[in-house]
Amino acid sequence: MPLSREQKLELYYYMRLTRSLEERLVNLYRQTKVIGGLFRSLGQEADAVGAAYALDRDAGDILSPLIRNLGAMLVRGATPVEVIRQYMAKGDSPTKGKELNIHFGSVERGFIGQISHLGDMVPVMAGVTLTFKMRREPKVGLVFIGDGATSTGAFHEGINFAAVQRCPLVVIVENNGYAYSTPMHRQTAAAAFVDKAIGYGIPGERADGNDVLAVYEVTKRAVDRARRGEGVTLIELLTYRRKGHAEHDNQSYVPDGEIERWARDNDPITRYITVLRDTESVTDDEFAAIDARVTREVDEATDIAELSPMPEPEEALRGVYGDVASVDSLWFRDAVRSAVETHERPAAWGTYDG
Amino acid sequence: MAKTTTKPVSKASAAPAANSSNGTTPAVATETTYLEAIREALFEEMERDEHVFCLGEDIGVYGGAFKVTEGLQARFGESRVIDTPISEAAIVGAAAGAAHMGMRPVCEMQFIDFISNAYDMLTNYVATARYRTDLPCPMVVRGPSGGYVRGGPFHSQNPEAAFFHTPGLKIVYPATASDAKGLLKAAIRDDDCVLFFEHKYLYRRIKEVLPTGDHVVPIGKARVAREGTDVSIITYAAMVWKALEAAEQLQKDDGVSVEIIDLRTLLPMDDDAIVRTVRKTNRVLIVHEDTRTGGIAGEITARINELAFEWLDAPVLRVTAADVPLPYSPPLEDYVLPQTSDIVRAVRRLIAY
Repeated sequence: MPLSREQKLELYYYMRLTRSLEERLVNLYRQTKVIGGLFRSLGQEADAVGAAYALDRDAGDILSPLIRNLGAMLVRGATPVEVIRQYMAKGDSPTKGKELNIHFGSVERGFIGQISHLGDMVPVMAGVTLTFKMRREPKVGLVFIGDGATSTGAFHEGINFAAVQRCPLVVIVENNGYAYSTPMHRQTAAAAFVDKAIGYGIPGERADGNDVLAVYEVTKRAVDRARRGEGVTLIELLTYRRKGHAEHDNQSYVPDGEIERWARDNDPITRYITVLRDTESVTDDEFAAIDARVTREVDEATDIAELSPMPEPEEALRGVYGDVASVDSLWFRDAVRSAVETHERPAAWGTYDG
Repeated sequence: MAKTTTKPVSKASAAPAANSSNGTTPAVATETTYLEAIREALFEEMERDEHVFCLGEDIGVYGGAFKVTEGLQARFGESRVIDTPISEAAIVGAAAGAAHMGMRPVCEMQFIDFISNAYDMLTNYVATARYRTDLPCPMVVRGPSGGYVRGGPFHSQNPEAAFFHTPGLKIVYPATASDAKGLLKAAIRDDDCVLFFEHKYLYRRIKEVLPTGDHVVPIGKARVAREGTDVSIITYAAMVWKALEAAEQLQKDDGVSVEIIDLRTLLPMDDDAIVRTVRKTNRVLIVHEDTRTGGIAGEITARINELAFEWLDAPVLRVTAADVPLPYSPPLEDYVLPQTSDIVRAVRRLIAY
């Protein structure tokens, strides 16, 4: 069933929300309110949003995003306030301050948090979707990996395992040109990442990752195949990473003019605005209304997150095991705590001060 | 080691797996080997809980390299006893994903040596999942471990120390058939990932009449394998049997009374049991089959130092393997691995201190 006009506008909303939320995070980063690194998906919003949109919201589908897939998480129900709290390391962030950036998940809402070790989410999602198959549930899993992660052993083991088991899994290789500073030709001798599908005996498709409708359609085909019990599909989405690996990266390795060319000629949001104007007669007022809604939501989320408390230090000891409420604190840490309380803490005892 | 403390198993006494799967109690109490005890635990847990399933290399049709899972696929089908590609990282990673979905997977490493291929998955993904994102990994990774079988460097390892350092994992290494069964059942029911090391030398060399009923041994509790008053040996897995041999000899030849603590669970470690025996005998020898440097004996020594220093009458000693990869040839392997005579010698040194 083709997307309705309303759904197409929703795609625009999520792409705009992704971009605006990241721009807000940049502001917070520059104010040193973001504690760790900041990872952008500028110019890649279409592939994250379009692919996630192809999953069923009510069927129990599960997605595993990578670091440039904030948009996919928003589609699955992650909220701006969660994302900002997470970046600001707040005590009421989804991980209670234990993990960074968009490394968080919510199985109930259908997304699982990634870890930094690239490729590892492919075997994990193979297991998630193996369970769907074992239980004969008509659910689908989708895992994003980058061009660089295709070089890991975990990618190979995971996709091969899932292919053999005919798991209902969609593997999306988000080819944005660079893994940190390493370009594609230093990552693989293959002409295209999609060629790897042949070796695993699964269908492979390649699409323009900056065309949100093309991304949606190619992913939807793969999701439908998976739901019908036809196993794994590998999709390569061609896009471009306009910002560095993280906010600190000055992109000195990028040829002159390349970033500017992509920004000018191939911005996924600019392109999509033209499409919506031409095919759905979306008016300037309609775009402005969505943009205003996004701004309002990001503003509100920022206000709430800024008021959130930092975690209690002792939270660090909780949640290691299911049957141990809290790991025992160490005696010297207790001593620091009591010293703080009596204002006797020597300066040489480190930065911990409760 | 098998000569005095373990009983050889005749083929006739090895109960077919099907017997344990139908839930009937044998009319006569028969002895069960360590390997059969593990298989019984798998059968019983898969019968009890439909969420339990097994995955690993050659575990289905073939029944596993050591036949631990023999009969399992015939009973529970291909979807619950899954033959996988040779992909330890995918086996463990997929188990984690299934565990997130409410399943209780049991992974077999064909030899525990190959668990190193899943080190990243276990230490970075599985061990941190609950802490990071409140997503538990109730799963078991089990496999044949240990030496004395002329297996060479890659079929003899005791890799517990490599994981002992990782918060979020639990580690179990039973010495008896009864504990093998009871601890595996506990491991499968545990809400976190349990590494379950099985000593392959013990697989078919020891047997006993198992407790009837739903026999579950709690994780995290050591056991006194032998009561004694003069010296404590803290050990686990196959070394429990070597320690028992040494204790017999020391009692007979020297009149020394040796207490033996079988840790059973390495992580979390039973500090209370350790302190209790230190207070009782005031002399401690730690024995493990793994190599010496960075081994678990060092951690136990540190805990005794912190928790019971004033109860010691002698320095804590260690008998361990030498710090080398485990060699193949019998004179080499026997030279590297702890032997009963080493334990006797070490206890005599402690007594003489």
